Amino acid sequence: MAKKGFEDSGQGLGRREVLECMVWAGTGVLWAVSGGVPHSVGLIGDALAAEPTGFTFLQMSDSHIGFDKAANPDALGTLREAVAKVKAMPIKPSFIIHTGDITHLSKPAEFDNADKVFGETGVQIHYVPGEHDIIDEERGKAYLERYGKGSKGAGWYSYDDHGIHFIGLVNVVDLKGGGLGNLGAEQLAWLEADLKDKSSSTPIVVFAHIPLQVIYKEWGWGTEDGTQALTLLKRFGSVTVLNGHIHQLAQKVEGNMTFHTALSTAFPQPAPGSAPSPGPMLVPADKLRTLLGLSTVSVVQGNKPLAIIDKTLAG
Amino acid sequence: MQVLNSQLRFAAARFAPNRGLVVALLLGPVIGAMLAFGTVAAQEATNVITIDNFTFSPKELTVAVGTTVKWVNHDDIPHTLVEKKTTFRSKALDTDDSYSFTFTSAGTFDYFCGLHPHMVGQVIVK
Repeated sequence: MAKKGFEDSGQGLGRREVLECMVWAGTGVLWAVSGGVPHSVGLIGDALAAEPTGFTFLQMSDSHIGFDKAANPDALGTLREAVAKVKAMPIKPSFIIHTGDITHLSKPAEFDNADKVFGETGVQIHYVPGEHDIIDEERGKAYLERYGKGSKGAGWYSYDDHGIHFIGLVNVVDLKGGGLGNLGAEQLAWLEADLKDKSSSTPIVVFAHIPLQVIYKEWGWGTEDGTQALTLLKRFGSVTVLNGHIHQLAQKVEGNMTFHTALSTAFPQPAPGSAPSPGPMLVPADKLRTLLGLSTVSVVQGNKPLAIIDKTLAG
Repeated sequence: MQVLNSQLRFAAARFAPNRGLVVALLLGPVIGAMLAFGTVAAQEATNVITIDNFTFSPKELTVAVGTTVKWVNHDDIPHTLVEKKTTFRSKALDTDDSYSFTFTSAGTFDYFCGLHPHMVGQVIVK
């Protein structure tokens, strides 16, 4: 179980609480920040009860537009359902962070379809690429042409919003045989420079496709040089790490750092080590939507500085 | 085959004295082609590496110089093939797509999936 990643650790949630969380998990993750110091919630009720200050953002992930296999023959359809949930939110999120695998095969039509559906949210989207977004002939050119404006290298960047420093990292290019996700020396140098003038009291939200921490090495669920990035972030009082890739929820709090992975809107993947491979998990049709979703992150006033609410498509 | 048989019977009846020769002439290329096909099929069977459950099978393959090795992806997820020294690099293989590479020199070729680099394999060319 130690290898199972961080779903079971850190929060001390009982089985019942975890299951309740899973019910919510699927449409989004809600994050709440107050007092300038975000912390993870997992306490869904608190996050819901808190009064938003008007700053809410969403995390969406792993749309895999173009995927049409048995695990979900209509990935575009389930994305539409997720977007309908976004449109129905009582408080419109300030923006959406998409943690990669927008498409399944990086085809122009897949990007077109994704853009069209995401466009319906009417909300700005900050993307980072997943490995499925850079498998065009020119290995990432199609992604950068669409989403890379103002970014560096393979598409990394940072921006500030509501006093929080957001950092989008790319850990899916130039992967080494036998290894995991990879940030590379150039990106780490950029990150160091990017953080240099930031006060340690600045709340940080860092997002990338593959988990920065190693969740399950045997399936490549981690980033080879992720520790170097996390070391650069250690001095900050509040760091929130948002990832995708593993198509399931995993949360962990470690000191000032909160790690969270989002659900896919396309298909679920098995828990670490519970199947022969991390490939798409086939579940009964009536269960599928309980395993897909998105996350709402909300900045709220209250004594719970940061809240994430995961919401499934079934909810 | 039906057409060929009827032609064969026709030819055999018409040139009775040379029946044996005619049969040999007509069947020769057919048998030759069948033998050739059998050889190719056998070669392909031994030099195909399949991808199932994010695993190359066989993980290690030894072939002679000049051999073409074919990879076939059976997963629902695309994979790519990248040789460590980039001797070869495939495009993304979707489900049931394949990639072939002919090894023209001896050596040990370590390769991995460029999307899931924990997937590794080796071709030894002698």
